[in-house]
Amino acid sequence: MSDINVLEKYEEIAGYDVVEHLRQLARPLKGMRFIHVNSTRSGGGVSEILHKMVPLMQELGIHTSWEVIKGDPAFYKCTKAFHNAIQGNLVNIPENHLKAYEDANKRLAEEIGGELREADVVIVHDPQPAALIKHLPERRGKWVWRCHIDASQPFRPVWKYLREIVSNYDASVFSLAAFAQRLPHPIYLIAPSIDPMHDKNIPLDQPEIEEVYKQFEIDRERPIALQVSRYDRFKDPVGVIHAYRLTKRFIPSLQLVLAGGGATDDPEGDMVLQEAKAAAEDDRDIKVLLLPDDAHRTINALQRIAHIVLQKSIREGFGLTVTEAMWKQKPVIGGNAGGIRLQVIDHHTGFLVNTPEGAALRIRYLLHNRDMLEEMGRKAREFVRENFLITRQLREYLTLIYALLHGTEERIELKDVP
Amino acid sequence: MKSKKSIKAPFFIKDCALIAIATGEKAQNLRELRDRLRNIHQNSIYYHFWGGLLRPRFDNPEYHNDFAIWIARSLHNKILAERLAVIDPVLFQTLEDLREELIDTIEESLDETEFPSWSKRDDQFEFIRSQIVVFHPKVSVEEPANLLNILPDMSLGSIFFHFIDGRRRNRNSLDDFRNWLLEFGGEYEDLSEHIGSIDPYFSTLKELRDQLTGIFRSYFKGLNK
Repeated sequence: MSDINVLEKYEEIAGYDVVEHLRQLARPLKGMRFIHVNSTRSGGGVSEILHKMVPLMQELGIHTSWEVIKGDPAFYKCTKAFHNAIQGNLVNIPENHLKAYEDANKRLAEEIGGELREADVVIVHDPQPAALIKHLPERRGKWVWRCHIDASQPFRPVWKYLREIVSNYDASVFSLAAFAQRLPHPIYLIAPSIDPMHDKNIPLDQPEIEEVYKQFEIDRERPIALQVSRYDRFKDPVGVIHAYRLTKRFIPSLQLVLAGGGATDDPEGDMVLQEAKAAAEDDRDIKVLLLPDDAHRTINALQRIAHIVLQKSIREGFGLTVTEAMWKQKPVIGGNAGGIRLQVIDHHTGFLVNTPEGAALRIRYLLHNRDMLEEMGRKAREFVRENFLITRQLREYLTLIYALLHGTEERIELKDVP
Repeated sequence: MKSKKSIKAPFFIKDCALIAIATGEKAQNLRELRDRLRNIHQNSIYYHFWGGLLRPRFDNPEYHNDFAIWIARSLHNKILAERLAVIDPVLFQTLEDLREELIDTIEESLDETEFPSWSKRDDQFEFIRSQIVVFHPKVSVEEPANLLNILPDMSLGSIFFHFIDGRRRNRNSLDDFRNWLLEFGGEYEDLSEHIGSIDPYFSTLKELRDQLTGIFRSYFKGLNK
């Protein structure tokens, strides 16, 4: 697909007025130089969004580029430890790993320092490239640290180290207020979003959907409940199986699909997967699927064939799998945690639950009230259309640029917008 | 349609976008909420009443401001949530008056409560404020009838700016449409009254746009008969 008409494609999905608003917001920013820096071009939510955000910004006339930091294995071990520590895990980072981190940032600063110094806005995603700023004291533009991680309860010794670095930025962006830490600069809030044109979310042809029934031996005639998430105790896959069993007594035809990626660098992931398989016993109506990281279309098809989607997390970041399911018109039974609360509006776009018993009750309720199930699904899709598509996130990034350029005054009047 | 008798200032269509900023202030129970409300910047109060129109928030049919939603959902105090939900910010001249009303209502509830409930640690009320970026796209109309063609396609940001934000900017607390119609003397008094009958607190921006379009359409259709 040509990038030239990407915006027009979004007009069809998000609405003409939404895209026109973006064009208007971007008009005074034409010609500005904007650089995103993160740690990977493939895999993970950040790169997925950047793959679409960068061409969209370019099409709006903003010179946008995307740089990636690279390092040796010690660098990746260090940044993985940072990630875990920000989420609250106790980690011990050896001195040589920290040195690898500093070195990788210094190297990138030397390689692309010229462009970074001249850019009008630099957005640095997550901790991996955060230390770039230390090596570029003479900066022309505004620098923003975009933290995609829930930093509400960080492991303090590591946070102290990172805080010293990120305090140098002009501003930070967090996904939710609850995820943020105090910093000596403005903290902006921008919720994540999904791309309706990503393989995960595009409409699929019927034959492709049919294939999923066959591939995983799922009976198309019987109700299907689905949870998509990596195998992690905080996602409570065993609790989901418990909820299924409680429901099965009343709805014997129910099938459950647990679909998750393989976390190769996460030894606990394998343990939780085995626990889920053990909990499933020999029940042929429970499918515990370990899918490759790029099985986007398979996940898409599974979400489309499901009647109900669960995300019974005990602890959750934003929970974009919830957004994806809602975009496919599925009501979501979600754990009362994190960003799920922002998306699952109790009794409107799904149900918030605290226990397997609560989840079981809501599954039964929805399967016995198909009109309600469909109505909630419709509301869920509209809620996502208005609030959680990439167009909204882009609008907020554009607004952020104005805020950065005009300071923290409450009202910014742009007089000379053509 | 009535003819122009004198030169009036045109109505400049403007647009806006909001960006949210964490204040770092939070509350885990009613007492903390009341205490923070005493000192929080009035922009944050404005945001928690009106900001939902321009940011991700479900149009909750029960509770129309963030305080009421949190108190119902996280403190499970439905009585207070109902009392707060019914507070209509349109009726208050200033945000300080609105702040006082909020504090009074919460204090009344605290007086009636032996043991105020607490929210979960990860479900506290987070005070947020916002910055508003205002654009002047250089589109203007000379006559109220000209708005008829523009309103149906007006961006939601424009609707927010003129119909919601205007009440805060204009000294007479009127939205920008009614404020502009005043320039025409009593000529558009009926139209102004109809616009004033729209309750902005219970509608989404799309609904407000439709209602405004409908009012302009029927008013000028009536005049053309």
